[in-house]
Amino acid sequence: MKRFALLLDQLAYESQRNEKIRLLTTHFQEVPDPDRGYALAALTGTLDIAHAKPALLRGLIEERVDPVLFRMSYDYVGDMAETISLLWPDGDGDDAGLSLSEMITALNATSKAHMPARIANWLSALDTTGRWALIKLMTGGLRIGVSARLAKTAVAKLGALKINDIEEVWTGLEPPYESLFAWAEGAGAKPAIDRAAPFRPVMLAHPLDEKDQEKLEASDFLAEWKWDGIRVQAAGDGDTKRLYSRTGEDISHSFPDVLDAIQFEGAIDGELLIVREGTVAPFADLQKRLNRKRVTGALMESHPAGIIAYDLLLDGAHDLRPLPFEERRRRLEGWYQRNASDRFMLSTLVPFDTWDDLAAQRTAPADTGIEGLMLKRRDSIYEPGRPKGPWFKWKRDPYLIDAVLMRAQRGHGKRSSYYSDYTFGVWDDGVLVPVGKAYFGFTDEELKKIDKFVRERTVDRYGPVREVVHEPDDGLVLEVAFEGLNESTRHKSGVAMRFPRISQLRWDKPPHEADTIETLRALLPKS
Amino acid sequence: MVHPSEILRPTDAGLYCPPGDFYVDPVRAVDRAVITHGHGDHARAGHSHVLATQETLAIMAERYGEDFAGNVQPAALNETISHNGVDISLHPAGHVLGSAQAAITYKGCRLVVSGDYKRRADATCARFEPVACDVFITEATFGLPVFRHPDDADEIAKLLQSLKTFPDRPHLVGAYALGKAQRVLTLIRAAGYDDPIYYHGAVAKLNALYQRHGIDLGTLIPVAEVEPETLNGKIIIAPPSALSDRWSRRTENPVTAFASGWMRVRARARQRGVSLPLIISDHADWDELTTTIEELHPEEVWVTHGREDALVHWAHSKGMNAQPLSIVGYDDDADE
Ligand SMILES: [Zn+2]
Ligand SMILES: [Zn+2]
Repeated sequence: MKRFALLLDQLAYESQRNEKIRLLTTHFQEVPDPDRGYALAALTGTLDIAHAKPALLRGLIEERVDPVLFRMSYDYVGDMAETISLLWPDGDGDDAGLSLSEMITALNATSKAHMPARIANWLSALDTTGRWALIKLMTGGLRIGVSARLAKTAVAKLGALKINDIEEVWTGLEPPYESLFAWAEGAGAKPAIDRAAPFRPVMLAHPLDEKDQEKLEASDFLAEWKWDGIRVQAAGDGDTKRLYSRTGEDISHSFPDVLDAIQFEGAIDGELLIVREGTVAPFADLQKRLNRKRVTGALMESHPAGIIAYDLLLDGAHDLRPLPFEERRRRLEGWYQRNASDRFMLSTLVPFDTWDDLAAQRTAPADTGIEGLMLKRRDSIYEPGRPKGPWFKWKRDPYLIDAVLMRAQRGHGKRSSYYSDYTFGVWDDGVLVPVGKAYFGFTDEELKKIDKFVRERTVDRYGPVREVVHEPDDGLVLEVAFEGLNESTRHKSGVAMRFPRISQLRWDKPPHEADTIETLRALLPKS
Repeated sequence: MVHPSEILRPTDAGLYCPPGDFYVDPVRAVDRAVITHGHGDHARAGHSHVLATQETLAIMAERYGEDFAGNVQPAALNETISHNGVDISLHPAGHVLGSAQAAITYKGCRLVVSGDYKRRADATCARFEPVACDVFITEATFGLPVFRHPDDADEIAKLLQSLKTFPDRPHLVGAYALGKAQRVLTLIRAAGYDDPIYYHGAVAKLNALYQRHGIDLGTLIPVAEVEPETLNGKIIIAPPSALSDRWSRRTENPVTAFASGWMRVRARARQRGVSLPLIISDHADWDELTTTIEELHPEEVWVTHGREDALVHWAHSKGMNAQPLSIVGYDDDADE
C-alpha cells in the first residue's frame, strides 16, 4: 500500500505528462504482479473494491473531530479524502504493511458491519499520504490528473507496444492484467480477444484552429453536424449486442431500447441522443437516462434514445477502418438503407464549396441540439486516438450575456483562499434573478481584483457565502459565456446554463445595462 | 474596571488605542504606530512616529529606505514604555528576526497583540514567550485543524533526498524573502549541507541584514554570477514569485520546491506548479494556536487575520469568550 500511495502522491504533484508516464512506467517495472495490476485497475477505473460511502467516512471523522471544524476544513481543502487524511489523529492501529492486493482482498472480504472498524483501524495505522490514497481508492475516482489512456500508455512503454494495441484488447481483459503486462514486456503472447462484440478504440478530432484552416483545402473535406449528445459505439456480433461509451465503458444496461434495435452484424460510431418522433431533445433529457443501473419502461417511453450514425467501423466481419472516410461513408449509407429505424438515423452531410460557405452554415445550424461542425478528410482512415490533421471539430461560438454578480463563495482546492465561485443574475422586471453559478476563469491578477471587490463590497454574510452589492447603479457586471440553455424547474429563473464560465469582468458597465431574462428565454430550445 | 474595547478597537486604519492615541500594525499611514514585525502588511512606510524593535526598524529601513518614518523609537524586548498612561512592552513572537508581540496595559487591563507568531524553535529569531493577559489578540493564518506543520528537519531531509535522487537537476526553493528564506538556509546548514547555496537577487539584501545580525547562513553566491550549468544539483533560494516567472527558465529542468505552511494542502502546491512541497511555516499551526490560547487562558480571545471562524468556534466550544475582529488589509497569504 505504501508503494502505491507514494505513486499517487507523486502523480498528484507532477504536472508534466511525460513525467507522469515515466513515474507510472517505473512503477509497473518495479512492482510485481499482482500489485501492479491492481494499481493499473485503480488508475483505469476497473478496480473492484468494497466502496466506502462518504457518509461512513464522515461518520468516522466526526467521532474524532468536531463536525463544524470538519466542515470548515472540507470547505477549505475541497477534497474529502485529503481533508480526512489531514485531520485524522495519528495513532497506532494494526500493521498496515499490507500490499495493495492484500488490502483489496481483505476489504472485499470484510462484512458491512465490520467495515467501519476495519477502515478506522487502517487509517490510524497509515500516515497522511497512505490515508489519502486508501480513501481515494474506496470512494472511487482518483482524480489525480491521470486518465485511463495515460496509464495504458505507460504500460505500452514497458516494451514496444503502441497505446492502440492495448486499447484493442483492453475490454477483454480483467485485473490484475497479468497477461497484458507479460505481453507488454515481451514475455508473453498478445492476449486473445475472446469477448464477442469488443470495443474498438475511438477516433477523436482536434478543435479547428481558424489560422490552420487557411492552409486546408476545402475540397479535401466532408462536413457533418456535430450533435450535442454522447459519443457511442454500437456493436452486434452473433447474439451479442453492446453499446459502449467513447472510453470503452459498456453502457448497454442503461439503453435496452437501443440494444434491441441492433439488428446488424458490425459496429457503428455515432451520437446517442433522446429523439422523439425524429426531433432531437435537449441534452438535459439524455442526462436522465445516463448512469442508471436499471431503466423503467415508462422512462424509455418518455425518453426514447436513438443514435445518429457517423461512421461504419465493421460491416459484418469486414473491418472498414483502413478504408478512406469517403468509402466508409458510402458503405454507411448502404448500411442505413438496411437499418433505418426510430433508433438509427444517418448523420447528414453539409454540402459546401468554400470555407466561407461552410462558416455561414455553421452560424445557423438546423437544430439547437447541434454544437457545431465536424470536418473529416475524405481520405482519412479510422485511426484511434486523436491524430492531428484528419478530423477537426468546428464548434459554434459560445453564447454570451452580461450578468450581475450577486454572491460569492470561497473556491475549493487551489482557489480556496479567494472568493472564486460566483452566483450571477439578470434583470427580471427590475429585480435581479440568479441564473447561474460559475467558477473563475482567468488570470491571477483579475482574480485578486474581483476578490478584493467581494471583500470590500459585502452587504451580507451567511456561512461561507458573501452577498455583494448589486444595485442598478452599483455592482459588478460579468460577461458570462455558456454553451446552451435548458429549461429548469430547479432554478427560480426557469433556465439552466450549460458550462457557464466568466469570460470577462465588465468594470466599465453599470449593472442596469446587464441583460434581461427575456434575452435568455429566447435562447431556450423550442420543444 | 475599564473595558478592553476602550483600550483597543478595530478601525479602518487598523487596531487603535484611544487612550494612548496610537495604532498597532496600522494598514495605512498614521501619526503613531507600534509595529510588531517587518512583513509588508504589518509594517508600512509613512508613519510619523514608529515604535518597534531595533531589528524591525532595521528591516523597515532596508525595505523602504532610511526615511520610512518621521521618527523612530527602538524598544528592547520586555522593556516597558509609558505613553499617555498606557504601558507598552514588546515580547518575542518567534516569527521572524525582530518580531514581537505587543502588550498594552491600561488601568490594570492588559491586552496582548500576537502579531504573527510561532512556537517552535527558529535559529533566526528569539523564541515566543507567553505573556499573561486579559485579552489575547491572536492571528489565525493557519486556523484550521488540517494545518499541522511537521518537524522542519524532516522537510529539509526531503529536499536533501531529492538532491540525491536528481543529482543533475537544479533545486529551486521558493521561500518568502524576509524570514523564511533565511530560516530555510539555517535549517539546510543545520542538516549538515555545506555546499554553496545560490540565491535570487530579491533575497540578497535581507540575507545580508540577517548576516549582520550574527546569523550564519554559510557560503552564498548570487545566481547572476554563475553559468547556468553550475546550478545543476545545487540549491537555489528564490522568492515565491520567481518560481513561475521568466527568471526560473534560466535553470534547466529544475525541481521546484516551495517552503510554506500552505504546502500541507495539495491544491495549493499544484497551483504554484510545485513538485516538491516543503511544509515549513513561520506561523503557528492549529495545535500551536490552540495550545497557546489554552496556556494563556485569557478572559477574551480576539482573532484577527486568517481563518477566524474556525478558531472562534473552537474557543467557544471550550467555553471561552472569543470573537473575530475583521481588520481589512492584512494579507493572510503574503508572508507564507
Ligand atoms: Zn508576518
Ligand atoms: Zn500577518
